[in-house]
Amino acid sequence: MSKIHVTTNVNGDSVEFLCEPDEVLLDVLRDRLNLTGAKEGCGTGDCGACSVTIDGRLVASCLVLGAEAEGRVIETVEGIGSAKDLHPLQRHLLEHAALQCGVCTPGIIVAAKALLAENPDPTEEEARYWLAGNLCRCTGYDKIIRAVLSAATEMRGENA
Amino acid sequence: MKQEFKVLGTRPIRPDGLDKVTGKAMFGADKSVTGMLHARILRSPHAHAEIVSIDTSKAEALAGVKAVITGDDFADVENRWSRYTMQNCMAQGRALYDGHAVAAVAAVSKTIAAEALKLIEVEYKVLSHVMDVDEAMAPGAPVLHEGVKARKLGDDVSGNTVGYYSFGHGDPEKGFAAADEVIERTFKTAAVHQGYIEPHACLADLGSDGKGELWCSTQGHYMVREVCAEILHIDASQLRVTASEIGGGFGGKTTVFIEPVALKLSQKAGKPVKLVMSREDVFRASGPTMSASMDVKIGMSKDGKITGAHAKLRYQGGAFPYQMVMMGAMSAFAAYDLEHVQAEGWDVMTNRPKMISYRAPGAPMAVYAVESVMDELCQKLELDPIDTRLLNAAKEGTKSSYGPTFKAIGLVEALEAAKAHPHYSAPLAPNTGRGVSCGFWFNFGGQVSVSMAINADGTVNLIEGNPDIGGSRASISMMAAEALGIEFDRVRTIVGDTASVGFSDVTDGSRVTFAVGIATINAAKAAIKEMCQRAAKIWEIDAEAVEWVDGAAQPTGHNAGNFPPMSLAEIAATSGKTGGPIAGHHEGAPDKAGVSFGVHLVDVEVDPETGFTAIKRYTAFQDVGKAIHPAYVEGQIQGGAVQGIGWALNEEYIYGEDGRLQNAGFLDYRIPVASDLPMIEPVIIEVPNPGHPFGVRGCGETAIVPPLAAVANGVAQAIGVRMFALPMSPPKILKAL
Amino acid sequence: MRYVVAKDSREAVALLNTGEGARLLSGGTDVLVQMKLSGVAPDMLIDIKRIDGFNTISAEDSGFRIGATVSGAKMGAHPALKTLWPGVVEAVELIGSTQVQGRATMAGNLCNGSPAADSVPAMIAAEAVARIEGPDGTRDVPIAALLKGPGKTHLAKAELISSIFLPARAARAGDAYLRFIPRTEMDIAVASAGVSLEVDENSVVTKAVVALGAVAPTVVSVPEAAAALIGTKLDAAALEACAKACTAACNPIDDKRGTAEFRTKVAGVMATRAAKIAYARAGGQQ
Repeated sequence: MSKIHVTTNVNGDSVEFLCEPDEVLLDVLRDRLNLTGAKEGCGTGDCGACSVTIDGRLVASCLVLGAEAEGRVIETVEGIGSAKDLHPLQRHLLEHAALQCGVCTPGIIVAAKALLAENPDPTEEEARYWLAGNLCRCTGYDKIIRAVLSAATEMRGENA
Repeated sequence: MKQEFKVLGTRPIRPDGLDKVTGKAMFGADKSVTGMLHARILRSPHAHAEIVSIDTSKAEALAGVKAVITGDDFADVENRWSRYTMQNCMAQGRALYDGHAVAAVAAVSKTIAAEALKLIEVEYKVLSHVMDVDEAMAPGAPVLHEGVKARKLGDDVSGNTVGYYSFGHGDPEKGFAAADEVIERTFKTAAVHQGYIEPHACLADLGSDGKGELWCSTQGHYMVREVCAEILHIDASQLRVTASEIGGGFGGKTTVFIEPVALKLSQKAGKPVKLVMSREDVFRASGPTMSASMDVKIGMSKDGKITGAHAKLRYQGGAFPYQMVMMGAMSAFAAYDLEHVQAEGWDVMTNRPKMISYRAPGAPMAVYAVESVMDELCQKLELDPIDTRLLNAAKEGTKSSYGPTFKAIGLVEALEAAKAHPHYSAPLAPNTGRGVSCGFWFNFGGQVSVSMAINADGTVNLIEGNPDIGGSRASISMMAAEALGIEFDRVRTIVGDTASVGFSDVTDGSRVTFAVGIATINAAKAAIKEMCQRAAKIWEIDAEAVEWVDGAAQPTGHNAGNFPPMSLAEIAATSGKTGGPIAGHHEGAPDKAGVSFGVHLVDVEVDPETGFTAIKRYTAFQDVGKAIHPAYVEGQIQGGAVQGIGWALNEEYIYGEDGRLQNAGFLDYRIPVASDLPMIEPVIIEVPNPGHPFGVRGCGETAIVPPLAAVANGVAQAIGVRMFALPMSPPKILKAL
Repeated sequence: MRYVVAKDSREAVALLNTGEGARLLSGGTDVLVQMKLSGVAPDMLIDIKRIDGFNTISAEDSGFRIGATVSGAKMGAHPALKTLWPGVVEAVELIGSTQVQGRATMAGNLCNGSPAADSVPAMIAAEAVARIEGPDGTRDVPIAALLKGPGKTHLAKAELISSIFLPARAARAGDAYLRFIPRTEMDIAVASAGVSLEVDENSVVTKAVVALGAVAPTVVSVPEAAAALIGTKLDAAALEACAKACTAACNPIDDKRGTAEFRTKVAGVMATRAAKIAYARAGGQQ
């Protein structure tokens, strides 16, 4: 099995890597690019912990081949906000105590950011359905949904 | 007396938060080291089979494979409980359930390790299996292990029955004779999984000199060290275990499943080995909680007084001896002040994965059965469910159904809060029912070690030994700050590895905020004592004449001398000259944990044409003693409630006739998703625990106990038919309609 | 395993023709899961997403041609398509999570051959037509004619679907798709129904197609259920007859997702509920 050479863009940086033909993007990110923010909770697209965007579209990186990333633009949680300048979603999740163990949090952030890009003013129901593929076993989702909606309010420039 | 607090009760950002929202936090599978191997485990496809032979030669010959192990690689261990743990990690002689590990491989890549598994040839002789608790308990059932039957039991139960317990007082028969109404029902609940999102993962490095390093996702790295040292026959001191950030546990990470395997592979290969379970492995081979079959009988007078109560609980805990039904028997009637009560329990083995704790282990199913019968009695006697529970509620001074007499508890307060809440009186829509249930958990204390250092710049480092599973570093830092009289952000708490601080029990039993809290307060007291001595030295007065007020040393009065208060920072700044570093530590085993009660209210809507149940409104009341960080306490209550909802409605282990698990994934093991739920309103009630300086009770577990019956009682109200088995999945409800 | 990016459909067909072990990779939400869980090990994955036209939605004869690799998310973001065939778009959008929506395709859902495939009842109700490319050229086949059995279609060796055509519709027409799942999201359909209706100026149904999912080895069209609706204004008797016909058409299995009894009962419920939505969308007034 010979490796495939892939040139892509991850979090704004041009990146090259070699991967096995059957290696999924999640494994490439974690094992080859040292970006361990995306997690493997299931490996079958059922939990959302490995959420990333490709060309702006939200996907489960466990169900994408690394080779498919050729020429695409990929964003992971590591590309959202920074320690000095958190994205409003990150800040609101912290302020609402919307994480307990935190293992689903990167996926939630990536997915919620994609939601707000498409729908800056989601209803609670819309947020819940959009995030239905992001399993969280700790929080019961209450504080997560509140944090997403209040981040949305802030991002629209309205008062919470 | 109500205490005034400066830090407790506020909602600071948790100290590990930034790492967790930026993807930096290191969980079990996130660590890699150069030269490490990747391991995979081969698992039995049979529910019960003799392992006739295992031929690993082809796998060993595959290029890139560095070690292959089977059960033969593990020497016996003396302690039988540790032996069961070992044999659960790697079968010896027999595979006891679908998914039981039979061999493992370490190779230079994941692909090669997976390839090697296919080359291992296992010859099985399939044996008959038993999955259901009642069938397993019946005489003549295939027995999992000979010679482990509970001593007091006769021939009316099989050798799978490994435990029997009975709690209570009075004479239930006498109570039933005095009742106006007696209801006896039989209930069944399915086995459910903790469902943490992070699969078990570890990175092991064990040298031939017996020195080892182990990084793993666990609720208790000291437990991991002790069990692994025993299984690997190495000294505990030589195995350093570091707990990674943990991606959920809920009791499921209070034992080991893969760590001894990774250590053994590492020892054999002479290289570090990373072993990560797949989600399928997690469901097939890491512990679900028990399934149950239960009979509950309660007698009640016309005015709602319980006259007698009796429960028989039969729990199925998988392929090895275990002890957990005791918790159910103790919890079943804990909410009530009863004259005549008995709860009996039987622990039973089956060909399923070995059970492990799941949040309030043993209690939710028992309380589901009891609270369902309570609800039916209230319906029949046309009594208000909350008033009836208030009439019977346990309070301070009640002799509990399991023995001890309760100190100050908050059940009455929780029931009264529920009754007064607008939810309880809100109108109900068509096809909707409102369910009520109480719940209970003991909360634990246990062994704990804390080490605190006062730094020269006036900041504080604290090392504790309990993995932080839901924000405990925040609450521990808050208690340290409160005890020392300084700001929250001056304290940094870390979870130390097993070589850095003394032994600590597992993060379970809702014990951490209580036990580590007490140790933290005591460590602070020790540091304060030292700081007072330093101040005394500087002021040249007696140490006894110095007291600690608002984060500063000050003379006890004018007689002691007239000195301005000296802050922690000021004392710390000169510590190098006044006697060296200042620190405090505490090791102990606090035991006055203080039980906690909860009351949940739920409105459910049932679609009469499909049997689909929707949760429309949910309010959870819980006595937590003192909420250190209220946001995380709320989170515990909300999370527990939702896990209970999943248990009530859709979660279950589904086995085929062949004993194989059919839903080993999140697609068909259906945990609640965001769109299934409304907001979960938590109502915190604070009746201080007299056994903790700040009044803390545990809060993590109680919340999973009431939802099962609350949802079931709501469904019964909505459809006018009572369901006696969980989960109440749509096909079952539609069939009942 | 090899991973090959096909430049055009001819190359994809040629690659498929090279051996038994080649599979197409479009959204990957089925094949990659099968590789992980079911031991499926293709010799080659042929990525068809970069073929010209495969990833576009184009207007054609007052209908829409949906390229084989167009994702559910892309269909959901196409207002004109949603207006014309709301039921089909809804059905596609029900496949998996938002993440899966970013990749999963209608053509893939069809080719996976699952009787529980969400988009298939809706496509049958819509009388959609698949365009197939193969070694012998191009052919157009109605979706209903492609269904063979669990995991199987009537695609011949080395054939692939290049697009699916959703036809034009009469002025007063509407479609809908509903499924039953135990949760609100993330499950496979336990019973489902796609319904498409046309009504006249008096709100009387003039044409109907009813298709059921997850109640037989393939998605099934139920002409008797459709007939029960035609000539009615969806009164209670018509709906009951429709439900009855659905029940009669069911031949489901008992499995971990639902009992045969449950599927049979609920299929009729889904069909009548979907019919009501489709009727309202068609402008029908009872």
